[in-house]
Amino acid sequence: MRRSLQFLLFTAVSLVMFLLLPLHASYVRLHSVDESRSLRSLHVTDLCLATEARYTRHPAMADRHAPFQEHPMALEHFPTGSLILPNLPER
Amino acid sequence: MIELSRITKSFNSGKPNQFTAVDNVSLVINPAQITVFKGPSGSGKTSLLTMIGCMARPTSGRIFLRGVAAAVPFQQEGAESVEITSLPERFLNEIRRSTFGFIFQQFNLVKGISSLENVMLPAYPTGEGRALFRARALNLMEQFSISRLAGQQVELLSGGELQRVAIARALINNPAIIVADEPTAHLDSKLSQEFMEIAGRLKGEGKSVLIASHDPIVFDSPLVDSLIEMRDGAVDASRGRR
Amino acid sequence: MKNVQKAIERHLNILEFTLASLLRRKAKNLSLLAMYLLVVFMLASLQFFVTALKREAAIILDDAPDMVVQRLMAGRQDLVPGSYASEIALIKGVTAVRPRLWGYYYDALNGANYTIMASDDPTAVAERASIGSGIARSRNLAVGDLLPLISYDKNPIMLEIGTIFPSGSDLIAADLIMITPEDFHKLFNFPSGQATDLAVTVHNPKELPTVAAKVASQLPDSRPILKSEIMRTYQSIFDWRGGMTLVILTTSLLSFIIFAWDKATGLSAEERKEIGILKSIGWETSDVLLLKLWEGTVISLTAFLLGVVLAYWHVFFLSAPLFAQALKGWSVIYPRFQLIPVVDAYQLTILFFLTVVPYTTATVIPCWRAATIDPDAAMRY
Repeated sequence: MRRSLQFLLFTAVSLVMFLLLPLHASYVRLHSVDESRSLRSLHVTDLCLATEARYTRHPAMADRHAPFQEHPMALEHFPTGSLILPNLPER
Repeated sequence: MIELSRITKSFNSGKPNQFTAVDNVSLVINPAQITVFKGPSGSGKTSLLTMIGCMARPTSGRIFLRGVAAAVPFQQEGAESVEITSLPERFLNEIRRSTFGFIFQQFNLVKGISSLENVMLPAYPTGEGRALFRARALNLMEQFSISRLAGQQVELLSGGELQRVAIARALINNPAIIVADEPTAHLDSKLSQEFMEIAGRLKGEGKSVLIASHDPIVFDSPLVDSLIEMRDGAVDASRGRR
Repeated sequence: MKNVQKAIERHLNILEFTLASLLRRKAKNLSLLAMYLLVVFMLASLQFFVTALKREAAIILDDAPDMVVQRLMAGRQDLVPGSYASEIALIKGVTAVRPRLWGYYYDALNGANYTIMASDDPTAVAERASIGSGIARSRNLAVGDLLPLISYDKNPIMLEIGTIFPSGSDLIAADLIMITPEDFHKLFNFPSGQATDLAVTVHNPKELPTVAAKVASQLPDSRPILKSEIMRTYQSIFDWRGGMTLVILTTSLLSFIIFAWDKATGLSAEERKEIGILKSIGWETSDVLLLKLWEGTVISLTAFLLGVVLAYWHVFFLSAPLFAQALKGWSVIYPRFQLIPVVDAYQLTILFFLTVVPYTTATVIPCWRAATIDPDAAMRY
């Protein structure tokens, strides 16, 4: 087969795959078993995305100023955080 | 037949560095003949060829193509003739592609692609089926005994092979007129002779061959039908041969 | 009909030459394609990931209480006395007030933080726990095993594993331990008659701001958190995380842009000559521009389509392993979430216009001038 047709065929296949993405997405959405439904009754307020500290585990419930204070290496939210160094334990 | 009527080509007109490359040239070129334009560099022969080949328009004057204008949808001054200097760009291109084949001094092959691709290159934008012109290209390469080079990249070819690829490319759209600008400038005597033999063969096939050259091998060749000597943009002497 | 066929053949032929000429600089063009693909892949992955997470969050948080009331003591969160619950329950429009008992437990054994919640299920059995699959994975626990926890007065509490939440619920419960309120009090030495916070349900969601204002004025040390605020927190978290990754990506994006710009716009003398040759053998300006258009399209469209498809596969089939590190941080327990795929046509369109269009334009535009040279220029070389 000539190269141009090969390329067009390849592009057509990619395009079909590309166009199948939304179809696949809606198919999965329709057929997925929502395992967390039984836990909805817990009325949780937060997602379990990161568990390292309380303000990352429950960001919506944390103290207003709790974020970015707990780990010495944490990225600082407030400008002064870059001036005041954390108190690192001596080893 | 090609008829030139009072053709003038000036560059930079209206400016102090204005110069006239072709000055008031009128001549007739017969079909199925080898016509050589002889003259030193700067004599206007290349400029004349570019105008005949629809690559450039003259500053003034008219060029008539007779019996070869199949590609133009409408024709003026009777069915057989077309005046090319007044045609819009699109038709000029159309005529150039279907009527003229060009062979350049440096061969002007595209590097990095195979010689077969190079031969087919002028046919790409015509909208013809690839299989058709591919067969034609292979056939042409066969004729010039360069079939074995079809898959080779042009960088790897010798001077003589390059020349034949260039000639095959000029013939791919089956033109009626071949225009060659100093085709032997970069060839040794043997290859130059060979070029003239090929030109003779093309003439035998009924094609008109127009060559600009100041190489004696070309203009002294017995195959040449018509020699037009040019100097300072004007025709010095015009005499038929044979 | 014949004209259409001719036009198609012309495109095919010119595309043929485009491919042949792209293959000439195979290494260069393939590396360009690979880089392009990577950029599209990263951007599309990020977009799929963040969009799916946002949607997931919206679904889960839909069941969150309308309002959570905390109590602040000296600027920090403190326990809420039971009297607050009864006082809020009297406010007009409030349908239910549920005291929640929850907290964190640090497991020194594996360095993980667990979330402990008291279940208000009356059938819950003492010293038996339901745990998240993240804990089960990290501590290697099965149903029936014992999970020893150390209470705040240093007494061991042995919890029998009653159920393990399915990993499909990881996005809520990966680190969760559900125990009875009695065990909760025992574990944390938690004062009775108090709660961590109050979950308040309101009859009419429109009245929520009014109810919140009433709570705040009646109980000046309380801090009501509305559901909309919770949602907002999550939107900004995802945008922030997405932004972080974007910042890192920008560096590579910039270098790609410079590279692509250089590649696409820098018309070398050789290319210029090539265009001259094409013109001289009968190609029109439009043919040359079509060639360049194809050249840009071949690279950018391939990169775009494959990049997006690969990104979809990366995020929704492999659960985005490349982003896991960014999200995980120092967490020991990391949820294994299988995201429900979402394809946002609008965002993909933007991605298309940010990647394919500029590249193709940058390939065609610089050729414009070169393509309009007179065909006889090649005669003068």
